[in-house]
Amino acid sequence: MANEGTPRALLEVHGLRAGIEGKEILKGVDLAIRPGEVHAIMGPNGSGKSTLAGVLAGREVFRVTAGRATFDGKDLLALAPESRAAAGLFLGFQYPVEIPGVGNLYFLRTALNAVRRARGEEPLDAMDFLSLAKEKMKLVELDPAFGSRSVNEGFSGGEKKRNEVFQMAVLEPKLAILDEIDSGLDIDALRVVARGVNALRRADRAVLLVTHYQRLLEYIPADRIHVMAAGRIVRSGGPELAEELERTGYAWVDGMKPEVAGAPRAAVATAREGR
Amino acid sequence: MSSAEQFKELAEKKYAYGFVTDIEEDRVPKGLSEEIIRLISQKKGEPQFMLDWRLKAYRHWLTMEEPTWANVRYNRIDYQDIVYYSAPKPRKQLGSMDEVDPELKRAFAKLGIPLEEQMRLAGVAVDAVFDSVSVATTFKKKLADLGIVFCSFSEAVREHPALVERWLGSVVPSTDNYFAALNSAVFSDGSFAYVPKGVRCPMELSTYFRINAKDTGQFERTLIVADEGAYVSYLEGCTAPMRDENQLHAAVVELVALDGAHIKYSTVQNWYPGDAEGKGGIYNFVTKRGKAMARAKISWTQVETGSAITWKYPSCILQGDGSVGEFYSVALTNHRQQADTGTKMIHVGKNTRSTIISKGISAGKGQNTYRGLVKMLKGATGARNYSQCDSLLIGDTCGAHTFPYIEVRNPTAQVAHEATTSKISEDQLFYCLQRGISQEDAVSMIVNGFAKQVLKELPMEFAVEAQKLLGMSLEGSVG
Repeated sequence: MANEGTPRALLEVHGLRAGIEGKEILKGVDLAIRPGEVHAIMGPNGSGKSTLAGVLAGREVFRVTAGRATFDGKDLLALAPESRAAAGLFLGFQYPVEIPGVGNLYFLRTALNAVRRARGEEPLDAMDFLSLAKEKMKLVELDPAFGSRSVNEGFSGGEKKRNEVFQMAVLEPKLAILDEIDSGLDIDALRVVARGVNALRRADRAVLLVTHYQRLLEYIPADRIHVMAAGRIVRSGGPELAEELERTGYAWVDGMKPEVAGAPRAAVATAREGR
Repeated sequence: MSSAEQFKELAEKKYAYGFVTDIEEDRVPKGLSEEIIRLISQKKGEPQFMLDWRLKAYRHWLTMEEPTWANVRYNRIDYQDIVYYSAPKPRKQLGSMDEVDPELKRAFAKLGIPLEEQMRLAGVAVDAVFDSVSVATTFKKKLADLGIVFCSFSEAVREHPALVERWLGSVVPSTDNYFAALNSAVFSDGSFAYVPKGVRCPMELSTYFRINAKDTGQFERTLIVADEGAYVSYLEGCTAPMRDENQLHAAVVELVALDGAHIKYSTVQNWYPGDAEGKGGIYNFVTKRGKAMARAKISWTQVETGSAITWKYPSCILQGDGSVGEFYSVALTNHRQQADTGTKMIHVGKNTRSTIISKGISAGKGQNTYRGLVKMLKGATGARNYSQCDSLLIGDTCGAHTFPYIEVRNPTAQVAHEATTSKISEDQLFYCLQRGISQEDAVSMIVNGFAKQVLKELPMEFAVEAQKLLGMSLEGSVG
């Protein structure tokens, strides 16, 4: 874990600054995630967690003003959103959008085959896809009826989140960024979603959880916790950091500078490089 | 790239069917007069009643003003600068498909309408209208065995004058409106179908229209009569070659559904829409109307992607008790296309029902207007209507407008109207992109999802074609 920033990292972010309509939200973010790891970014509302997820996935409303990000050896920020997806980056949305009239499985097959084509693989035919989809739906206990319904239309909060994890299971990304995958879930739904994510953990796949609550980490254990405040990662640590946050809340991190917050050496080191 | 830039780019797809076929033509001089009408009638060898009917329409047309109420803008049409009749010169009498002009066949092939293929594979009887004269009519024998008449209008006038005289103008009178009157005076050809009592037409009847001769206005006339308890499904689809001048198209379609009959009329319209600046393109002023007698049903389904100007209101007169009218429409405008389209449901009989599902899609600088009338007359006890008008905007330089007119004269009648306007959202696009789907595929997918309710009303093979057409018409509309 002390080797963050080495070339072996799947995702490396240095001094990333980004904002929206001239307002800076990310004020120099440093992050390194290696294959097989599960990281969690925690922090109060408005600290920039979801912005970071959006910037990494290529959401165009955000303007990157400084810094760099490397994903699997590629210059991530130079890639179009769909190319990032093809490269193996998946974003599980906090608010999955409804697309009326577009069948859920039709959508997913189009996505999978677009990604496969971009990777130079043969598209999957309808039958093969269907059996793959059926198998993966079981993973998150999604009723097969959801396959023919319109994308997210009329889904409950929990169903939408399960659908996100189902898509992740089919698309098999190298890095899954799950933005508040726990929000709006009751405990049973959270268990199902977490079971799905855990089942998808692999040595060559990393997960970045973005969450407000420590509760999620009880179900999806993370190797590394980062605390974000005012657009920066102010502290990083092991699982024990989440427990500390649970006890103390976020009040103490507000407005803190990385140095003052007493971040572990590695995080401080990368933070300095970035500036 | 910002979304504004992306949306601006959504518009560069060239019209794939723009080509001109060289064929010897038989034309009358430009302009409109009683003489020209007599000449057309004479060239077609029509009986006296047809000539009288044409002249009556022409004389009435002279007293009329071109309507200006539609929400469309275009340069004044010079009706004296139009050639009103043009027909490919038959090299000899055509006995079979082998004898059809190879140029013509190639044109059909370019359009993706291989006649023989269609006959063999799809079991579709195709009455192909090339310019103004039908050159090939197929599957006639099979239909004839059932007593079904399916032929060009000219042939119907020659072979079945009694049927034509009885029903022509019975739904759209020759004096109905400016463009219908013009059509009645000069119509060159079209299709005619008659399905006898209790007969279910075993195949989709289909006609492909195509404008080819330069400066030739097209004035098709279609008349479909389904006798008591009969059923027929009719497909109309068209593409037109690229042209610089605007071309006038003023068709009339009349449907007669007698007691208990059912007529399903489906259209995919892809006339040349003009270029990105709005130059060229077809002016499409169409009158389509059906009359449904007791327990009869008329369904209009249309996918409109072409034309510079569309002025079209497929309507139902629900004359008989318990008759049903349906209107399913997708109208797409891109670039500088303008569409003013909708329907009229006139409830005359008791317990009549009508459904209107209209989906308007606007991109580029397109202007899309839904104009619909639901009218419940005094006698329409227990009549019901449901209308749903949805508009989808792509970008912020296009427009969607809705003008629903409702007139209810019977207190027991029920009318329900729902309308929505939405934009393809940044969130929807990003969601698709994030899953690896390209911008163009995403737009096409979202638009087809939006139009699904209508597309599913189309016969299977037509629905596939229409789906491709929607995607194609929007290619380049999002960068």
